[in-house]
This record gives sequence, C-alpha cells and structure tokens, in this order.
Amino acid sequence: MAPQPSISEGLVTRPMVILFAVLLSLPLWIEAVGLYQYLGIEIAVWMIYALGFNLLLGYTGLPSFGHGAYFGVGAYAFGLVQLRLIESLWLGLAAGILAAMAAGALVAGLISHRRGIYYALMTIACAQVFWFVAVKWHSVTGGEDGLLNVARPALSFGILSASLRGNTALYYLAVAILGLTVVGLWRFVHSRFGKALQAIKQNEMRAGFVGYNVWLYKFLVFTLSAGIAGLAGSLFAMAQKSAYPDVMSLHSAGLVVMMTLIGGGFVSFWGPVVGTAVFFLARDLLGAFTETWLLWYGLMFMGIVLFKPEGVVGAWQDLVRRRRTAGATKETGSLSHHRG
Amino acid sequence: MAHVEPLFVASHLHKRFGHQVVLEEINLAFRQGEVSGIMGPNGAGKTTCFNVLTGRYKPDRGQVRFDGEDITGLPPRAIARKGISRSFQLINLFNDYTALENILIALPEVRDRGFNMTQSLSQDSAAMDKAAAVLRQVGLAGKERESSKMLSYGDRRALEIAVALAPEPRILFLDEPTSGMGTQATVRLAELLTDLKHRYTMVIIEHDMKFLFELADRISVIHWGQVIAEGSPAELRANKWVQASNLGKLA
Repeated sequence: MAPQPSISEGLVTRPMVILFAVLLSLPLWIEAVGLYQYLGIEIAVWMIYALGFNLLLGYTGLPSFGHGAYFGVGAYAFGLVQLRLIESLWLGLAAGILAAMAAGALVAGLISHRRGIYYALMTIACAQVFWFVAVKWHSVTGGEDGLLNVARPALSFGILSASLRGNTALYYLAVAILGLTVVGLWRFVHSRFGKALQAIKQNEMRAGFVGYNVWLYKFLVFTLSAGIAGLAGSLFAMAQKSAYPDVMSLHSAGLVVMMTLIGGGFVSFWGPVVGTAVFFLARDLLGAFTETWLLWYGLMFMGIVLFKPEGVVGAWQDLVRRRRTAGATKETGSLSHHRG
Repeated sequence: MAHVEPLFVASHLHKRFGHQVVLEEINLAFRQGEVSGIMGPNGAGKTTCFNVLTGRYKPDRGQVRFDGEDITGLPPRAIARKGISRSFQLINLFNDYTALENILIALPEVRDRGFNMTQSLSQDSAAMDKAAAVLRQVGLAGKERESSKMLSYGDRRALEIAVALAPEPRILFLDEPTSGMGTQATVRLAELLTDLKHRYTMVIIEHDMKFLFELADRISVIHWGQVIAEGSPAELRANKWVQASNLGKLA
C-alpha cells in the first residue's frame, strides 16, 4: 500500500499541530514524568532520520538497509568542520548534508538499476565500506574512538546569537529543524516528484512505459534521503559532542528500519515519527525495569510484522475506519427508519 | 506519387533468447490513421514482437523506425516520450492508486514537470480535469476515486487502455485488450475501440478473431517468428494459409 494522504494536503495539518504542541511543551514536563531533557534531542534527531529514510522504504519501496552510513558521514562531516575548520553551526550542518548527499549519490549511482533483494544487499555492502573507512582512517576519523570534543557551536543570525551548550537549547534547535523537515517532506510527498516515486514503487515497469526515467528518480530520492540522514547525523554529533563509527554499523542502520516499520511507514507519512517515539519510550520505560528490554522490543517487532505489518499507524487507521463504518451504518439505519 | 514511409516501420527484426529464436524475420508497417491487427497462434512471437517495438527488448538485428526516425533499441521511456504508447496483456496498473491517479501520473504535462518537489499534484486542477476526461472516454466516469485494485476486471481492462491513452499517443499498441473478458465486456470494449479508431493510429494483438476482423483495416499474421500473411480482413479470409490454420475458422 502506498502511504495515503491523511485528511488534508495543506501546508500545516492537524497531526503536525499535535506533534509540535507535544514536542514544544516537552521540556516543561519531561522531567516530571521521570525522563530527562537529553532524550528529547535523541527523539527529534531520529525522527528526522526516520522520516528521510521512509522516502525510500515507504514511498519508493527501496529497501536501504545501510542508511546508517549517511547518518555517520553527516556526523563526521559536522565534527570535522568544528574541529579542523571553524566553529560554525550553519557551515557544519551544510557540510553534514552535502557530504552525506555526495556519499549517497555515489552509492545511488551504483545501485539504482537494481531493485528488491539485490538492492538491499548492495546498500548493505556499500554501508560496510563506509563503516570500514570510518574505523580504519585514523588520521581523519579518529578510528574506533571517533572524533571527540566536537563543539556545540552557537546558533547565530548575524549579531543575534544563542548558546546551544544546554540540552534544552539544543533540543529546541532540533525540534525547529524537525519542523522544517516535516513541513518540507509533507509537501514533497504530495508533489509530482513524490507521486512519481509512489508510482515507481507500485509498478516500476509501467512507470518506465509511461515515460518516467525510473533510474534518475531512484538516484535522486536516494541522494535526498541520504542528505536528510546527514542532517540528522550532524545534529547527533552536536548532541553527543562526538562522532563515532558505531552509528554507521548495520545494527544502527537496522534500528531506523525497525522504527519505520513498527510505526507504519508503509501506510502513513507519520509512521516513522510514531515508530521513533515508540522505540525511545520502550528503551527508557522498559529499560527501567529490565536490562533485556531489547528482547521485548524485538518480540514486539516480530509481533507487529506477523500480525499487523502496517504498524501502529496502520492499526490506528483500522480503528478509525471501523468506527466510521459503524457510525455510517447507524446513520443509514436511522435513515431507513425515517423512510419506514 | 511520392513514396511516403508509413508512420511506423519494423524491418528484418530478429530476436532470440538463448537458443530459442522467437522472431526470425519480422517486417511490419503501420500506416497513419489505420487500425492494424496482429494475429497468430500462441507462442508465435506476437508479444515479443510488441516488446521489441516498444523498447522492452532490444532486437538482435533489424530496425524500428517511427515517423522517419530510427528508434531501434531505445529504452521504453524514450519511446513513450516520442508518442508511442502501449497497454499490456496482463493488467499492469498502479494498484494502490485510484483510477484518477493512474491517469494523472501518465499525463505528459505531469510527467514532464515530474521533478517539481513543491507543488501538490492534487492542486493541479487542469491535470485533474484532463485525467477525468480520459476516464470518461473509456466509460469510467464516476469511478475516479475508486482504488484501481477494487475495480471489476472489465473496468481494470478499460483503465489499462486509459493509462496508455492518457498521453494522447501518436500510435497506440494494445496487447490482447479482450484477454480474460466475457462476451458483454468484449462488446463494450469493441464499441470503445471503434470510437477511438477515428482519432488514433492503433496496433492490436488479438486472439478474438471476430473482434479483430471487425475492427482492423489491415491484419498481419505472425507464425514461426515471421509474418506469413498480410492484408485486409477480406483478403485474409480468402488466404489459404489462414484458412489452413485454425485462425481462419473463426473469421
């Protein structure tokens, strides 16, 4: 199933308002419910990452199982700018996005003629190359330790400047960038480009026969998705004040796939957002009770794949639909009553 | 009178898969404004021939010319962009899209601005109107918002043709449009194609001989990877090759 537009295709929709009402008020209550400020940053960063990732998996049907590579490239690029060049937020973010896009374009150029399992395997192989380079190229990447003491540069607009050293300040920056990402991607998936991607997902051959350059679309969406992963990676480097090879591992790349699937990226734009929230809440809430939380999370994942492959949002959509049908039946019932 | 090259010409096409020679020596010409039929027994190479003509396969030898231009071996997307459109024997739609979206995505004005990443497609009312008009043309008015996979088989067949019609092609290839359809639906389709006949140059592969003989101006019979007979329906009825094969009996 292609992700269906929910309710409206406007610039700002109701789910967006709800999401940002929750996120913007989060620093006020997160500690009261026993969690901590930093968690918010992680959630916002991974939401950006997962939303970008779902352009491939949910919208174009391209299984990229090595997306951590581009997240990592973004993190390293951001770190290198701060450590070697200049402490600058904008330059760091730009470098993170562009470096990840370049890496993504390189890989996309090699794999865009493929699909299905071959595509998936090639994304994994390419990601392993990036991971290997990150581990071995000590002079640039710092090897297994990674880049340490990456600065959190100030947010500056000309003479106005705000420190991002505190987690709350950085959190608001991450949420602002998430906001731009959400609004931008919502536009994107309803644009001609987004609709063409969904057509390619449904029937790559027919898309070619009605004149679409399928290869180019696949190439561009991969590059774009890698760029968004790089943006998330840059923010992650700021959050962690470091960049390290771990985020490029297959394990880390698998997490974003799981988040997207659990949330329901196949059926909804919001799937990755919901899935990211579920993951971090599971980690911190289940993790408070047991060290083996990942086992329970894994079982939940299996359960969803087996019984509700459309994920959390898919289950929600079913519920809404059922209530609506029930409501409609009631209405028809009363109508026929009138008629009678 | 000066010799005018037909709109679409295939000459000396040869195609094989491994040791299996499927097209031995195919020569076909389709003239502007005509309906050309292709018939032949199962496995004669009709669909392979279509696939070579529309870019799915490259021929091993031979040439395909459209409007005086060599298009041999071009990929399907390039051939489509020249105004050559096709439908498929097995229904080949965008299944999660509504009937309307299937047409929208096939409109050249949507496709040619396909890299636009900001304007919402559903706000392009000109394109929406045009897509609705295409659906009306094939008798799918009122079903615009229905998911294409929920449509009846006959409606899906009509949509299959509509997707090929959407770009207003200069030549339309239809691969067994009646495949799997009942009598009534076939009659409906014949009416539709008779209606389209005045506006489009068409090439139709068909098993249903009655259907084809009523519709086509010229028919080519393919067998053993070659064109074994050619002519108007009346000429073919008299052809001993056609009479000798099973094909003639139905006609």
